[in-house]
Amino acid sequence: MRLTTITAAVTLVAGVAVAETVAPGDVQFTEYGEVTQSLTGQPGDAERGKTVFSSRSKGNCVACHAVAQLADVPFHGEVGPELTWTGEVRSAEELRGIVANAKMMFEGTVMPAFYKTTGFTRPGDGYTGKAAAGDLAPILTAQEIEDVVAFLLTLQEG
Amino acid sequence: MKFKALTAVAALLAAPLAYAGGPDDDTLVVNEEVEMATKVAAPAHMSDTGIDTIMSGWHFRTDETQSLQMDDFENPSMIFVDQAVDYFETVDGTEGKSCASCHESVEEFAGLSATMPKMIDGKLTTMEDLLNSHRAEAMGAEPWKWSSAEMQALVALIGLQSRGMPMNVAIDGDAAPYWEQGKEMYYTRYGQLELSCANCHEENYGNFIRADHLSQGQINGFPTYRLKQAKLISRHNRFRGCIRDTRGETFAEGSDEFRALELYVASRGNGLSVETPAVRQ
Ligand code: HEC
Ligand code: HEC
Ligand code: HEC
Repeated sequence: MRLTTITAAVTLVAGVAVAETVAPGDVQFTEYGEVTQSLTGQPGDAERGKTVFSSRSKGNCVACHAVAQLADVPFHGEVGPELTWTGEVRSAEELRGIVANAKMMFEGTVMPAFYKTTGFTRPGDGYTGKAAAGDLAPILTAQEIEDVVAFLLTLQEG
Repeated sequence: MKFKALTAVAALLAAPLAYAGGPDDDTLVVNEEVEMATKVAAPAHMSDTGIDTIMSGWHFRTDETQSLQMDDFENPSMIFVDQAVDYFETVDGTEGKSCASCHESVEEFAGLSATMPKMIDGKLTTMEDLLNSHRAEAMGAEPWKWSSAEMQALVALIGLQSRGMPMNVAIDGDAAPYWEQGKEMYYTRYGQLELSCANCHEENYGNFIRADHLSQGQINGFPTYRLKQAKLISRHNRFRGCIRDTRGETFAEGSDEFRALELYVASRGNGLSVETPAVRQ
């Protein structure tokens, strides 16, 4: 028994050590649109996730979602639901899936996919209005997705 | 937990009421005399859109911005319109003619803008097209750039002659294929953000997206004076900006695609008063 535990622990550590970033095309979604596996094997940083959530050049999530805990960030949008309680109602797996590609959970949703690089109509080169030059990068990196998920999990009332 | 979840749901339900702006109920009267039809029943072709009332973008702006459009002395577009009045009488091009050489007054174009764009000689024609072909053929003058100050000032001056008249673009006959093309574009989810015109202006008008209060994206007030840019903005320039903001590759101003989109978007405003030149944030 003891031995098994140790082996398991070793395997876990090894798993983390060799874990590689999951490429956008390789993300596995469950039938409900969850992503169970971390995209980086590294824990997310909620503080950085908060910046990703708020900043115009990153996730700009606040453009569509209001969050009571971000009272210092001006202008919260209302295209998507308020997320003040999302850490109580959603699991990390659900949230990772929603941020990576919300269309897997909410068919046809207005919410953009933040970890996707193909299948677009007339993709541009950022916000220049010009055609994308070569391969697109996802809007957020794998670690930024993990960070924003960590931030979302902190959104609990009281 | 159960109790908490319930509170959360209740608060969620209440939240939109606290935030939502929606369109306001004000009435647009210009110069205390011309009352505009700014909310009217949607045209029949919109029966499957879920929108039963079409609304001017004026209803989604702040009181301050709204008031600028209610008085021509305060409307900053009028400086440009006045320049266009001068231009109308200025000789230009190799033929030694001005518009006024052949057209007694700009007032003779009353009603025209309400029907534009329209099919002329088998071609879908916008006001900009009409003016440029006219400059070339009747005056021997160089074409203007689509969104140049001169072009948009004259488009605004001619539009002003139809102010208060209902938008009424034709979508049948030989216009039908262009209208279909424009409609398809309206529902295409462009760019890396995969957003269509309809995602913002049909499904979410009345909602805020960051600091912007989404309207129905109507063009009955174009060219509009944008306070942010301090000049008259063409319809195609606005379309370009909206597609660019989807992280998409946009189309060129004056492209056939934008002509088709203009026809379709104009037709979603059929029945609204022409408000040219409107004022926006
Ligand atoms: C263009 C608007 C838009 C942007 C930008 C956007 N979202 Fe969303 N989001 C939505 C909409 C709309 C929904 C509702 C899903 C549905 O039913 O279509 C949603 C749903 C969600 C949900 C699920 C809420 C629930 O529990 O049902 C989460 C979590 C979420 N968004 C997080 C984010 C994060 C994080 C970002 C930034 C990385 C983001 N959103 C950016 C529009 C947006
Ligand atoms: C050489 C004479 C001449 C000049 C100069 C001229 N036009 Fe015209 N214009 C006409 C004639 C003739 C028509 C009607 C036949 C047609 O549509 O081509 C017309 C038609 C138009 C129409 C379309 C009216 C409608 O109801 O379809 C517009 C708009 C117009 N002119 C604007 C202008 C403007 C603006 C200028 C100056 C930039 C200008 N024109 C200069 C002769 C002229
Ligand atoms: C991401 C959301 C978004 C998308 C997608 C979008 N727009 Fe817009 N649009 C806006 C915002 C924000 C404004 C400024 C506020 C307003 O009037 O809605 C605007 C304004 C406009 C206006 C000016 C309205 C007025 O009253 O002055 C027009 C016209 C317009 N959009 C047309 C379009 C068309 C056509 C498309 C599709 C090619 C499109 N938009 C796609 C967000 C969007």
